[in-house]
Amino acid sequence: MSKYNLSINGATRSVDVDATTPLLWVLRDHLRLIGTKYGCGMAQCGACTVHLDGVAMRSCVLPVSQVGEQSVTTIEGLSENNDHPLQEAWLEHDVPQCGYCQAGQIMNAAALLSDTPNPTDEDIDAMMAGNICRCGTYTRIKAAIKTAATKS
Amino acid sequence: MTKVRTSYNRRSFLKSVAVTGGGLVLGFNWLSGCRPAETKMATGPVLPDNWYEINAYLKIGENGTVTIRTPNPEFGQNVKTSMPMIVAEELDADWENVISEQAPFNADKYGFQFTGGSLGIRTRWEGLRTAGAAARHMLREAAAQTWSVPLAEVTTAAGILYHKSSDRSASYGEMAELAGSFPVPKEVELKAVKDFTIIGNSKKNVDARKIVSGEPLYAMDRYEEGQLVAMVVHPPSFGQRFGSIRNLEDVKAMPGIREVFSIKTYKDDFQKGFFDTNAFPELVAIVGASTWEVMNAKKAILVDWQPLEAYTETVGGLFGGANTSRNVPAGMESTEDHRARMNEAAGRSGRVVRKDGDPQAAFASAERVIERSYSAPFLAHNCMEPINCLARVEGDKVWIAGPMQAPGLIEPTIAARMDIPVENIEIEMLRMGGGFGRRGYSHYLLEAALIAQRVKTPVKLIYTREDDMTNGVYRPAYQATYRAALDGAGNLLAFHVKAGGIPESPLYANRFPAGAIDNYLAEDWTLDSNITIGAFRAPRSNFMAGAEQSFLDELAEAMGKDPISFRLELLQRAATDPVGDKNDYDPARYAGVLKLVREKAGWDQKKPDVHRGVSAYFCHHSYAAHVLELTVEDDKPTVQKVTCAIDCGIVVNPDAAVNMAEGGIVDGVGNALFGEMTFTDGVPDKNNFHQYRMIRMGEAPRKIEVHFVKSDIDPTGLGEPPFPPVFGAIANALYKASGKRKYKQPFLGGQDLLG
Ligand code: FES
Ligand code: FES
Repeated sequence: MSKYNLSINGATRSVDVDATTPLLWVLRDHLRLIGTKYGCGMAQCGACTVHLDGVAMRSCVLPVSQVGEQSVTTIEGLSENNDHPLQEAWLEHDVPQCGYCQAGQIMNAAALLSDTPNPTDEDIDAMMAGNICRCGTYTRIKAAIKTAATKS
Repeated sequence: MTKVRTSYNRRSFLKSVAVTGGGLVLGFNWLSGCRPAETKMATGPVLPDNWYEINAYLKIGENGTVTIRTPNPEFGQNVKTSMPMIVAEELDADWENVISEQAPFNADKYGFQFTGGSLGIRTRWEGLRTAGAAARHMLREAAAQTWSVPLAEVTTAAGILYHKSSDRSASYGEMAELAGSFPVPKEVELKAVKDFTIIGNSKKNVDARKIVSGEPLYAMDRYEEGQLVAMVVHPPSFGQRFGSIRNLEDVKAMPGIREVFSIKTYKDDFQKGFFDTNAFPELVAIVGASTWEVMNAKKAILVDWQPLEAYTETVGGLFGGANTSRNVPAGMESTEDHRARMNEAAGRSGRVVRKDGDPQAAFASAERVIERSYSAPFLAHNCMEPINCLARVEGDKVWIAGPMQAPGLIEPTIAARMDIPVENIEIEMLRMGGGFGRRGYSHYLLEAALIAQRVKTPVKLIYTREDDMTNGVYRPAYQATYRAALDGAGNLLAFHVKAGGIPESPLYANRFPAGAIDNYLAEDWTLDSNITIGAFRAPRSNFMAGAEQSFLDELAEAMGKDPISFRLELLQRAATDPVGDKNDYDPARYAGVLKLVREKAGWDQKKPDVHRGVSAYFCHHSYAAHVLELTVEDDKPTVQKVTCAIDCGIVVNPDAAVNMAEGGIVDGVGNALFGEMTFTDGVPDKNNFHQYRMIRMGEAPRKIEVHFVKSDIDPTGLGEPPFPPVFGAIANALYKASGKRKYKQPFLGGQDLLG
């Protein structure tokens, strides 16, 4: 076990865990930040997407020991009042079905928009390819990303 | 206006309410054991100081806020929004003041709380309306008594009671306490469809705000005081069972690990119910402090497995039907052997399920016989939220919270195994991260309870993705052979379908085109297997639709007919002069969706830049037709657009219904192109998404357009019907694109290219 001081959603959080523990389980089991979901554990589904210094990362394959000083943002910290343009657009388009994948989708889309504020369909297809939605809400996700792009 | 009695199904569903309802109920004491997730609408109704229980489905606060309870579990079909809409409609509530919550599991109050079979809205329609209407009636009675005016003169609108002639009004909140003290009326009036103001007007998903904010909604997100994490290890191969743990002490000594032991899910003499499907009833359980530590122990454990002996078991019938018997063979099965066995079975005569006219003679006299065979593989459900469940056992009391489609189906199994009465079992239905049929088979509830009992602390059982994908309960593998007999003039003389599967048959002998052809033969066959199967979105239909609709397309072409006109001709025959009296579809509604999709997709206009396929199917009491358009660039197909027409009766929440249909279409495209589980020596060849290909953003149709047939008919199913016909529509479009018919799913077989 080792001690880590992590910068998460603007606050410093300390955990004492095995160095190999993926950030996903540190967030969920140790810090009770459960918005970040487990879907595959091998960077194949995107449910666990968080931002590391603003870059989308799959937290299920990121050992806590590699986080270091980088700041971690989870869905809980994406916006002050859960009113990020993507979150609002998701409501406007009534995107979710079961909803389980959606936090990961939004986190991935947020990173996409900060790099590419006006993404084309092809940009969206390429950037969102790592996020599975088993319920098949892809057309709404794409529409919501475009709506958010016009508003951010 | 229609009058309905407030009791039905031999049980007065409102009467049982009177026990807990009526009079003043403070706070949430009635529900305190269950702590259901409260959901505020986006605008957020104000919570009252006091709640007054009106009936099992609703309570009203003194400030007019209404809480409506959804009896069925939510797995993404959005019942938690649409069911309260139905109650609110008849209550004449102001939707802005409605809070939606999941009802507790309580069969006495809510009957069969089940999500599946596209049955939710259909079976709850009258009950939910009656609950709302009865409450409205009681509120009107309260106003009539308070104002000393005749009941008939008290009207309502959007949560307000009026007595127009004396210019009086009061909010529901003001009358709720008195209303709650009245007996439930014997009879209530329901609104006419034309008077609906909430039903038919889209309302946003009541949980969407929580979902996009990452708030805890799923069992996976719950952490109980003192909870440990549990995982199970099941045999790597079907055809194996538990033997012994080789390195028990080593694993126990690993960091964070508390206990390692085996559990047995059933007692030896247990008579299984229809949904007690479970290939691995004996499992190794590992319990520890954190998920990662238990995952590591799971990687390190060494287990000796034993070969399974063949056995025969009797299982309870589906929903009270006759018991059935299953042969479970020994051995480690492979997909290669499955294919050979299926081909062999398909070549033999099957069990005749329906025969009209003299098909044998008609085939013998035919000028031309067209015969085609279709097949589809096993599929894994792959719900986004892997199987998981929380449990706590204190003495002879069991508490369980998890994702499940039908708690009532597993409750007796838990009671039998744990030797406790069902009253001692409390089950919380939490929002499911998908279901698709998989969570109707909730053996994991019992597993969690057995583990919690042994470790004497609350546990959260988590399946890894690999556990989830390799545990079984798959969509079966199927094969169907179609034959058509044509005379010299190209007329259809006879039709023959022979379908089978491992281990169940997909045949629906009385569905279209049965009833439209004089000489018709339907046969089926099955092959035993130790690989377990279960319901998967539109069971059996999800294969038959693709096979049948591909064959009809090929047949239309051979007969020189437009595929839609050909189907309409057959449906015309079934409508005017049906063959047989067992046909289970309505030809007029079937034709209705085909005509609507033809118009909306512009089928009769030439579209040289796209390849189009059409398909229509009836299942779950609803009708759906699709026209799918695709383009091919460098041999890579892209679905440009799907136009869909659905007849499911009254549509409660239109935009959410569109969302559901879009999801079904995306799911259909994905499974038709990529979905496949195969086996080698009993071992599933895929255990996570690097191997099991799921449809992704760029592969989804670019555009989906959903049209509903305008209807006053009571709602029928919607979650499943749009799914099966996708397989036929895409097969037919791929043929147009490539000149090659698609007979074997998945159509792209792991490739991106048409080939
Ligand atoms: S859980 Fe991390 S990508 Fe699937
Ligand atoms: S909404 Fe269910 S997985 Fe995306």
